[in-house]
Amino acid sequence: MKILVVDDEKDVRVLFEQRFRREIRSGELKFSFAYSGEEALTYLHEHFSEVVLILSDINMPGMSGLELLRHIRQDYPVPPPPPTVMMITAYGDQHSYDEAIRLGANDLLTKPVDFAALKEKLHSLSAL
Amino acid sequence: MPQPSKPTKPEPALTIRQGDDTLYIQQPGTKNSWALTKENIKTRSQPFMDIDGALLFSIVPILIMVRLLRRFVDLPGRMPHVNRLLGYLWVPAVALAALDLLLHFNTKLLDDGYQLFAYLVFIGVLTSLRHYRPARTVLLAILPYVLYAVVELMLNLWDLKLLKRYDDVIDSSRGFALIWLITFALIARSQKKNLEKERLEREEEEKAKQLIAAQNVQLERMVAERTSALTQQAEELRETLTELKTTQAQLIQAEKMASLGELTAGIAHEIQNPLNFVNNFSEVSVELLQELQEGPLAKLPASEKEYADELLSDLVQNLQKITSHGKRADSIVKGMLEHSRASTGERQPTDINALADEYLRLSYHGLRAKDKSFNATLTTHFAPNLSAVPAVSQEVGRVLLNMFTNAFYAVQQRQRQGEAGYAPEVCVTTRQLPDEVEIRVRDNGTGMPESVKAKVFQPFFTTKPTGEGTGLGLSLSHDIIVKGHGGTLQVDSQPGQYTEFVITLPL
Repeated sequence: MKILVVDDEKDVRVLFEQRFRREIRSGELKFSFAYSGEEALTYLHEHFSEVVLILSDINMPGMSGLELLRHIRQDYPVPPPPPTVMMITAYGDQHSYDEAIRLGANDLLTKPVDFAALKEKLHSLSAL
Repeated sequence: MPQPSKPTKPEPALTIRQGDDTLYIQQPGTKNSWALTKENIKTRSQPFMDIDGALLFSIVPILIMVRLLRRFVDLPGRMPHVNRLLGYLWVPAVALAALDLLLHFNTKLLDDGYQLFAYLVFIGVLTSLRHYRPARTVLLAILPYVLYAVVELMLNLWDLKLLKRYDDVIDSSRGFALIWLITFALIARSQKKNLEKERLEREEEEKAKQLIAAQNVQLERMVAERTSALTQQAEELRETLTELKTTQAQLIQAEKMASLGELTAGIAHEIQNPLNFVNNFSEVSVELLQELQEGPLAKLPASEKEYADELLSDLVQNLQKITSHGKRADSIVKGMLEHSRASTGERQPTDINALADEYLRLSYHGLRAKDKSFNATLTTHFAPNLSAVPAVSQEVGRVLLNMFTNAFYAVQQRQRQGEAGYAPEVCVTTRQLPDEVEIRVRDNGTGMPESVKAKVFQPFFTTKPTGEGTGLGLSLSHDIIVKGHGGTLQVDSQPGQYTEFVITLPL
C-alpha cells in the first residue's frame, strides 16, 4: 500500500521510516514524502493511481493541507477509487475537524501523532 | 395796678388825664393817683358774667405755636410722648378760666401767666431737644421774648410803676425781642432747611449705599453660586478623570493579557512541532535499541554482551528521561495552547450556584485525597433566585476549579505556618446585580503582596514551587472570563489576611 506523507518538516520522513521500519522492510507499506502541497500535487499527477492513502499536515507554508485536500477532491473525483486522505493538525478542535470533513477528508489526526493508533488504522485499511 | 374797689374820699379837686385806654386820676398836692381801665370798669359793672376772654383767646396763639413747634422740630417723630402732652396745653387755660369764673380773680395777670407758662413749657421742650440745632436756634430766638414776658409779668405782679424812661426801655426791648425772635426764627428755618437738605442727601447717600450693598450681596451670591457650580464641575471632572484612568488601566491590563495570551499561544505552536520530534524520536529510539538488543547484540560473545547491555540500558534510561521531560514540556505547551483555542462550547443558560457548589466540593475532595490532614470550612452564600447566565459551563467550571484550588492552596499554606487558632475558610458568594451575576471566592489564606497581585494574571507567573504549577491557571481563567464571556475578573488581597477573586458574568 502506497502512502504519501505531506509535511513541511523534513524530519517527518526519518521519523516515519523508523516508526514503520518493520512494515517498510516487509513491503507491507510504501512511503513517499512531499514537503509542500504543491509538491504533493505534482507527485500525485505522476503517480496518482499508486497512492492509496494521503497523510497531510494542515499548517504548511504555501498551499495549506486543506487547499491540497480540495485540489485532490476536485482533480480526481471519479474512480479509480480516490485515495483515503487523513489530515494531521495541531488544533484538535471541533471547528478544524468539521472543516476537514466538509472538504472531504476521511479522518483527522491530531499532533503529536499517536503512531500506535495510526498503525492500527493503516492495518485495517490495508486489510480491506 | 389800681385798686378800683378801694374807697376813696372825694378831694376838693381832681385832675383827670386821659391815656390810650386808661383814665388817670390825680389828686393834686398829694401823691395819690388812680388809673381806670375798661376792664376795671367792666369788672365792676358785670362781676359775675365776665369770662376771662383774654385768657381763652390766648389759647389760640399758644395752640398755633404748639402746632408750629410740632411741625418745626418734628415733635411727633422726636418726642411722641411730649407731643401728646402738648396737645393738652389748652387745659390749664380752660381750668384757669373756670377757676376765674368761680373765684373771679379778675386780673389781667392770668393770661400773661398762662402764656408765660406755655413759653416755659416750650423752652423746656426745646431745651430737651437742644441737640437739634434748629431747636437750639428757636430757643435762642424766643428766650429774649420770654425774658421780656417774665419782666413784664413781674412788673405787673408787683405793680411796679416804672419811670417813663424805663417804660420806654421795656417797650423797645419788646420790639427788640420780637425782631430777635423773627430773625432767629428765620435763621432756624433756614437751618432746618439746610439740615433737611443734608438729611435728604444723607438719605440719598444711604439709599445709594444700600443699593450698592444689595448689589454687592447679589454679586457675592452670584459669585458664590458660580464658584460652587465650578467646584462641582471640577469635582465631576475629577471623578470622570479617575474613572477614565481606571478604565484605561483596566483596558491596558486587558490588552496586555490578550497580547500575552496570543504570544503564549504563538510560542506554544512554535515549540510544539520540535517537541513532537523530540518525543517521537526518543520513543522510536527506545524501540530501535530494543531491536538492537534483541537482534544483532544477542549474537555478541558473552564477555562483550554484558558491557553492551549495560550501555544499552543506560541509553534506554536516558531516552526515557528525554521522553518523560518531553511529555512534561508537552503538557505545558498544551496549557499554553488553550489560550488560542477558540471557545468551542455553546453558551447555555447556566445555574452558577449549582456550578460553584459542584466545583467547590470537587476541588475540596481532590485536595483531601492528597492530604488527609487538611481541613477547611466551606461557606457558601448563594443568592436565591440567581438568574441563569449564558455561559460555557465547562469553561466557567474550570475557572471556578482554578479559583478554589488556589484558595485551598493558600489556606493550606497558612495552616502550615502553624499559626495558633487559625481556622482555614473558603467562602463563595454569589450575588445578583442589575445586568450581571457576581461570584466572589474568598479565602483567609496567606494573601499576597501588591507585587504578586499585579502579576497573577500573567502567563507563567506562579508562586508555587517548580513543577507544582504552570502559572497558566489564572491567565487562562482571565481569558475565559474576559475574552470568552465578556465578563470581568478582579483580585483583592491583603498579605497574611485574605485573597478575594471577583468574577462578573454578563446576563
